[in-house]
Amino acid sequence: MTLMITLLAAVVASIVWYSKAPNSTFSIGSLALMYWAATLMWCVDGIACLIEGEAFIEIADTAAMLDDAILGIVVVIVGLAVWAVINIARDPKRIFSKALTK
Amino acid sequence: MACFLVSGGEAIVVTAVRAAVKKSEQKKGIVDEKGKQITDPAEHGICWTRKLGWLMNMLWGGVLLLAIEHIWHGEVVLWPPFLTAATVPGEMATVLHEMATVGVAMAVLVTVTWLVVTFVADAVVKRSAKTEAAKEAEL
Repeated sequence: MTLMITLLAAVVASIVWYSKAPNSTFSIGSLALMYWAATLMWCVDGIACLIEGEAFIEIADTAAMLDDAILGIVVVIVGLAVWAVINIARDPKRIFSKALTK
Repeated sequence: MACFLVSGGEAIVVTAVRAAVKKSEQKKGIVDEKGKQITDPAEHGICWTRKLGWLMNMLWGGVLLLAIEHIWHGEVVLWPPFLTAATVPGEMATVLHEMATVGVAMAVLVTVTWLVVTFVADAVVKRSAKTEAAKEAEL
């Protein structure tokens, strides 16, 4: 479920990036790349689980699936938080610098 | 267990390489001091500072999100020795084996995907340049 939620976040971020392109004021492309890379890495992890005889995505155990889903949401929120911190630090529209120098 | 550390190592190397490439491209007048391309990508191709920036974002982003997963599962802690497996005798061999197999596979897949993306991006830029040149010739 973590993989599926991150994949969904990657798709949504990519669509937003595409609709806003070529303007990339808030580096939405970086957020999309972050989610895509994590999705790829979890795919490898899933394949490793398959090789070891485990499930690619845990769906048999409801508790484990719910735990994975919550983790997926946490991962997406952390990604957004990191992206927000980067944008606050970069201040692409110079809102903070303008407000502080007034 | 610690598979993401391989990509973390690659991210450190790529960050250092990008800094060196940026310096070199800045000297050649390809990018400005912020790393933004000042030459025409359609004519000269997408600069390596930008391309390596994509790989850097992918690697650091992936490492961060996988680290969250490992912390969630209690495989990584925020205090020494950081890896839970390091406190269990004999578990480090399993960790190293996982890094050598799953970790390397993760880093390779991300890098190969990035390579494909860079080739496609360069092809798209060149194709759009050709289309624009053809339109200008028609006029």
